[in-house]
Amino acid sequence: MELLGLYNYFVFAVLLMIGLYCILARTNIIKSLIGLTIFQSAVFLLYISMDKIDGGTAPIIQEGVENQVFANPLPQVLILTAIVVGISTTALALAVTVRIKEAYGTIEEDKIQEMDREL
Amino acid sequence: MMTIVFSLFLLTMLVIVAVAILRTDNLFTAVMLSGIFSLIMAANFFILDAADVALTEAVIGAGISTVLFLSALALTAEHDRSPPVGTWVPLLTSSALGGVIIFATFQAPRLGDPNAIVHQHVAPWYLEKTPELIDVPNVVTAVLASFRGYDTLGEVFVVFIACIGVMSLLGRVRPRRESIEEDEFDKRTDNLRHHLIPRVVGKMLVPFIVLFGLYVQFHGDFGPGGGFQAGALIAAGVILYSLVEGGPRGRELVPEWFSSMLVALGAFTYASVGVASMAMGGRFLDYSVLSHDPIHGQHMGILIIEAGVGMTVAGVMITIFHAFSRRGIR
Repeated sequence: MELLGLYNYFVFAVLLMIGLYCILARTNIIKSLIGLTIFQSAVFLLYISMDKIDGGTAPIIQEGVENQVFANPLPQVLILTAIVVGISTTALALAVTVRIKEAYGTIEEDKIQEMDREL
Repeated sequence: MMTIVFSLFLLTMLVIVAVAILRTDNLFTAVMLSGIFSLIMAANFFILDAADVALTEAVIGAGISTVLFLSALALTAEHDRSPPVGTWVPLLTSSALGGVIIFATFQAPRLGDPNAIVHQHVAPWYLEKTPELIDVPNVVTAVLASFRGYDTLGEVFVVFIACIGVMSLLGRVRPRRESIEEDEFDKRTDNLRHHLIPRVVGKMLVPFIVLFGLYVQFHGDFGPGGGFQAGALIAAGVILYSLVEGGPRGRELVPEWFSSMLVALGAFTYASVGVASMAMGGRFLDYSVLSHDPIHGQHMGILIIEAGVGMTVAGVMITIFHAFSRRGIR
């Protein structure tokens, strides 16, 4: 039971590993970006796991209900905005990728490096 | 007990989907799987009592992010041709990182522990003071829009700057009349006009998505929702219309000058609320002075800045999508 309570953190660590491996091992830029979003999602999962309280509910105060336990609103606020900022920065990265494709004709990092060396 | 079983199932699914994303060579498959990944993640957030975050992740991660990745794929390549060699260093690095983190988690408080350090400092204060100082039921909205309004202003400007970046990278051509014949028009753009079922169902969904977006915008004080989710939802409706009818018709529905104006107008609205509260004798973004009654002032401030956030997010998402789809026809 003790280990079950840490399962969220284990999944966080595994997702972080998968994301990092995807960024490092793949030379395709779009694949690396997908790895980056997995990495990012893992961090979101860590923060949201921290907000949970046993027997709690979403932090929306209801009239006439006494003694409610609420989840921690602070990590939720941070991650809510982080998701929106995350998609904007990903879009920026995708725009750069499109320009790379137009300039080099490929989005494989190793081929781009070869072309740069030939110059 | 059911919740624990369900939670374990979803978390395991997350890992399986992530491994599948890593293994596939087809980028289209990888992008679709990452949409599924986001949807499972949203369900997970919901189980962890984060309703607002779950809504955001479902709209942005599973919806808009997938569409943006697909538009980028259409302009680049469909296959990942990474060489299979040289995987030792990344494997070693990532396992070392994972090992250290798993070792560290044994010290972490278990899930749901009410005595964990995160629950001791400022969070109880927010939960206790929100009814008294701000009086909106949704504490997440209260913290987002009022207590930590500076943060949110910063985030809105980050989104704004990212949008400017995309526009300057992918180019925003001056709007001009597209005088192409109907047939030529359809041939040059990839759209679903010739597929009956997506076209009918997709077009039927658009007004309901936008209506739900408006509900989420104005009901954000009372239930899960707010400007970020609403903006993304409305943008998702417009993007769906553009996908079904083709980019040029989508740009007729929401012209580019309009969406880019929304981006600037939203950020401007937010910042000007701050300036207005300074002019009325308060501090920057201190809404209490906006009205004779402090709580009424807070309500007014939150309503206006949430509208600003919604406008910016909707504008940014639509502008970015148009920038990608316009690049395709050239």
